[in-house]
Amino acid sequence: MATTARLTGRFAVAGMLGAMGRRSAQERADGRLGLLLAAPAILTILLIAVIPLAGTIWDSLFRLSLRFENAPRPFIGLENYWSALSDDAWYNALQITGLVAGVSVTVELVLGMIIALLVNRSFRGRGIVRASVLVPWALTTVVSAKMWSWIYDGRYGVANDLLMRLHLIDTPIIFLVRPEVTIWAMVAAEIWKTTPFMALLLLAGLQLIPQELYEATALDGASPWQTFWRVTLPILKPTILVALLFRTIDAVRMFDLPRVLTNGGPGKSTETVVLYTYNTMFTSLNFGYGSTLAVMTFLIVMFVSFIFIKVLGAPTQGARR
Amino acid sequence: MTAPAGTVSARALPTSEATRRARARMLEGIGFYTFVVGFVVFCLAPFIWTFLTSLKGPTTIYDVPIRYLPTPPDLVNYLEIFGLERFRWALLNSVIVASSATAISLLIGALCAYAIARLDFPGKNILLALVLAIAMFPGIAIIGPLFRQFSAWGLTNNYLALILPNVTFTLPICIWTLTAFFSELPIEVEESARVDGCTRMQAFYKIVMPLAAPGVFTAAILLFIQAWNEFLFARTFMSQPNRLTATVAIAQFEGADMAAQYPWGQITAASIVITLPLVVLVLLFQRRIISGLTAGAVKG
Repeated sequence: MATTARLTGRFAVAGMLGAMGRRSAQERADGRLGLLLAAPAILTILLIAVIPLAGTIWDSLFRLSLRFENAPRPFIGLENYWSALSDDAWYNALQITGLVAGVSVTVELVLGMIIALLVNRSFRGRGIVRASVLVPWALTTVVSAKMWSWIYDGRYGVANDLLMRLHLIDTPIIFLVRPEVTIWAMVAAEIWKTTPFMALLLLAGLQLIPQELYEATALDGASPWQTFWRVTLPILKPTILVALLFRTIDAVRMFDLPRVLTNGGPGKSTETVVLYTYNTMFTSLNFGYGSTLAVMTFLIVMFVSFIFIKVLGAPTQGARR
Repeated sequence: MTAPAGTVSARALPTSEATRRARARMLEGIGFYTFVVGFVVFCLAPFIWTFLTSLKGPTTIYDVPIRYLPTPPDLVNYLEIFGLERFRWALLNSVIVASSATAISLLIGALCAYAIARLDFPGKNILLALVLAIAMFPGIAIIGPLFRQFSAWGLTNNYLALILPNVTFTLPICIWTLTAFFSELPIEVEESARVDGCTRMQAFYKIVMPLAAPGVFTAAILLFIQAWNEFLFARTFMSQPNRLTATVAIAQFEGADMAAQYPWGQITAASIVITLPLVVLVLLFQRRIISGLTAGAVKG
């Protein structure tokens, strides 16, 4: 925080000097050097992200199939977009993505908060807890999806075995075959992988709250519940918003887990927006329409981040996952 | 002499109060550690179950009811997957792609981060916004043109086709981590080096880089994990069996004997092998990883 203040201070001073008239030779040299140093990063981003994005937008205006080489690819303007707006499969994917993102991020936040509040103290074995928190986070999503599909296996899966041993169910559940069960099985796998990390972020935020503040509110006779709502939560708000922003966007971009765990099935019951887009492009080879769906996904992500950053005021200076 | 009853009870009262408090504290401690153990089990259980499965031979793995412990442990699954040429290639491909992407991203990112931390240059705010946008960017929005371009240039099944997107998508974390580190280094060190006749660039690689080595190392771990786990581009740009990365290989795993039952033994063994580098990194560098990951988010 002090660093940020010092940095802003330096920029403010530089700005004032600039406003006062001539920029010194040193400043101009610094400006040139700065651009030079940043140039490789800017070029990479332009070449690999910005220009291809423009390419996707361009492709979305054509009827473009990769199924046949040299097939005609007529320009059709916004027709693909109108098709998307009346595409039931897209609405289905949108609904599923919204449901999965909403439920998993909410549960992650609540569980993560409870864990962070309980673990926010020094105790023996902290290191073990820290290391085990990082395992689900570091684990490859594809591997995690494979692990869960083995756990959910209808015949040999350990999930059924445990539930039966605990007498919670009498007959095995075929987790990945019934749509109304499959989607929650997928959400559970997602929650398992991301909750620990949410807890970690929130814990880091909690540790910045000075102990004196809690002592003062205790002296004022506040109950723990009041302290949480009036003191902890407001101070933690920026951390929560950043965590929510990145988790929500991750959930909207969800591809690896449904691709490997269910491949969108049964039927289309777990087909997320990105998975549907991907299949349109690379299975149906319908590139024009797939590009349209990709642009729409991009717009959704931009919209979500706009809401978080501009409307809710998530601080993004140096934010990261 | 009769001791006044009051005195006795007055003495006894604090003692019983103390024991009650001690008991309450102990109960709280037990409750707390039960929770902690439960949480650790929650985090590790799927991984441990996968590990146990990977040690079971083909006969015990499909036992019903389930046998939890592999008795005796059997390494046959590990021997089988390492016997597969495709799997050995997949590991090598992942190592090549992830480490090249990490190295390039660090190089590009370090220069950019230094400029952001220390220099005032035109378009800096636009750059920061661009970096943030890349952190949230859906890969699906660029995969089509990249795929067509790479195909046209004959770059599919070429490491470069994976290294380039991985560099791009690891840049935000690289730049953020390193900017935070550079900003925290005392600027006086650089200034005195320049007074002594160093140019800014000399000060950068002679003074700043060595001091920022821990930050560079932290960034390297984070970038490597991200690149190692990448799936979308790897699945799309690589199709030859010997060019797949580990994530794609495991997603498409068919096992040594394609006619056999779905080879869970081999899949779980492959899962463990693929995850092992990550788990080792996590265990060795947990403090660094956590400080690198959380610093930006909580500083706001």
